Amino acid sequence: MYQSRVIPVLLCNLEGSLVKTQKFKKPVYVGDPVNAVRIFNDKEVDELIFLDITATAQGRRPNFKYISEIATEAFMPLCYGGGLSNLEDIRAVIKAGIEKVAINSALEKDPDLITRTADVLGSSSTVAAIDVKKDIWGKYRVAVRNASKTLNIPLIEFAQMLEQKGAGELVLNSVDRDGMMEGFDLKTISEVAHAVSIPVIASGGAGNLQHLKQAIQAGASAVAAGSMFVFQGKHRAVLISYPSPSELREINEL
Amino acid sequence: MIAIVDYDMGNIGSVSNMLKKIGRKSEITRDPAKIRDADHIILPGVGSFDSGMEQLEKLNLVELIREKALKDKTPILGICLGAQLMLERSEEGQKAGLGLVAGDVQRFKLDGDPKWRIPNMGWNQIRQVKQSPLVDVLPENPRFYFVHSYHFHLKNEADQLLLSDYGYTFCSAFEHENIAGVQFHPEKSHKYGMSLLHNFSEPR
Repeated sequence: MYQSRVIPVLLCNLEGSLVKTQKFKKPVYVGDPVNAVRIFNDKEVDELIFLDITATAQGRRPNFKYISEIATEAFMPLCYGGGLSNLEDIRAVIKAGIEKVAINSALEKDPDLITRTADVLGSSSTVAAIDVKKDIWGKYRVAVRNASKTLNIPLIEFAQMLEQKGAGELVLNSVDRDGMMEGFDLKTISEVAHAVSIPVIASGGAGNLQHLKQAIQAGASAVAAGSMFVFQGKHRAVLISYPSPSELREINEL
Repeated sequence: MIAIVDYDMGNIGSVSNMLKKIGRKSEITRDPAKIRDADHIILPGVGSFDSGMEQLEKLNLVELIREKALKDKTPILGICLGAQLMLERSEEGQKAGLGLVAGDVQRFKLDGDPKWRIPNMGWNQIRQVKQSPLVDVLPENPRFYFVHSYHFHLKNEADQLLLSDYGYTFCSAFEHENIAGVQFHPEKSHKYGMSLLHNFSEPR
C-alpha cells in the first residue's frame, strides 16, 4: 500500500540547538540535532524537515556547517528551511547534503526565487513553506518572517501562484496551532489540497495518531509534527518517538 | 574504487555518505581519468533530462561513460535522473540519452487525479521480477524513497528488475548485464538502500 509520509519537523536556533515552540513563540530547548537525527535513523522515519527559525530574524545566512553535520548522519530525505533568500545559498545547502529546500520569507518580495530554484534543482526539490495565521477577524492570512508579518494575498491564490512558479510541494503550517498538540487545521488543509495538484504537507497541531489520520483524510499527502515526536506526557518531557510500522499503516486506512 | 560522477545535478554528497557508512571507498569526481580507473560507477542526479545530458556533454563524459558501461562492462548504477539518462530518450526533453539500455522515459499519465499527485514523493514497495545480486538479498519488507514525475519504460521486458505501483504499475529498476538503474534513492532509504548499495559495490 502506498502510505502518506509522516515527517518530524525539527527547529533549531543560531547555536544549532534543537528547540520547540508554541505558536511560533517560547522556544524550549529539546536537545542536540545530530543526536536526534541518529535516533530518527534508527526509527526509519520517512523524511525530516529541519528549520532554522532564527536565521531570517537575525538577517543571517544558513549555518552551512551545522547543516552539513546533520546531513552526514541522515539516511532519510532531508528538507532544510531558514534564511534562504538567494540561489547561491540554496546551492550551498544542497551541496551540504540536503535534498530539498523550503522557502518561506523570501516569497514576500521574490516569489520568482521558486522558479529559479526549480530550474536548477528541479521542482521536486523545491518546497514552498506557507505559514498561515488567523487575524483578529478570524480571517486566514499568509504570514512570513516567523509570523511577524502578514501578506495581503489570499491563501488559495498564494498557494496556486507558488505551484505555477514551480514549487513541487507545499508545507502548510498553522501558526496558531504550532506546538498546541490539539489537532490540525483541517479546513485549511482541505481547501489548499483541493486547489493545487502538487503534494501538500500538513503541519501545525499534531498531538496524536488520530490527528495525523484526520489530516491525511482531509487531503494532505504528508503530515508533519514537532511536539508529538519530541515530547512525552503532559509535562512535556523530552523523548524522541515515531509511530511504529503498524501505526503508520493504521493512520493510512481510510 | 567507486566513482560517483559529479556533474552538478543535485545532492550527491548523500551517496558518498552512505557508502562511507557501509565501509566502501568512493570518490565524487568529474575527472575522466578517475572515472576511467573506477571499478564501479554511480551516476546519481536530480533535475531535468536535457540539463543532465548537457552537463555530461559539457564535461566530456558521454563517450567515456558509454565506453566504460558497454565495452569495459564496468558495473554502473544510475540513480533517479542518472538512471533515466541511461535510456535512449525522455518525454521530458529533446536530447538523446546515453542509450546504455533500450528504452525511454515517460511522464506519469495521472494528471489531474488528486489521489496520485505528481511528483510522486514518498516511500514505496517494490516487486522483484527477475533474479539479480543487486536485490536478491535485501532486508525484510524493503521500501524505498521515490521523488519523480517520469518513469522508465523498457523496450525489452527482460531488462525490468523491479516494479512498483503509483496509480498504475511502472518499472522502478532495470538491469541489463552490468548496467542497472533505480528510480528511487537508495542513499535516502535507510537500511534498504544501504543493503542495495552494499550489493552493488561488492567486488565482482
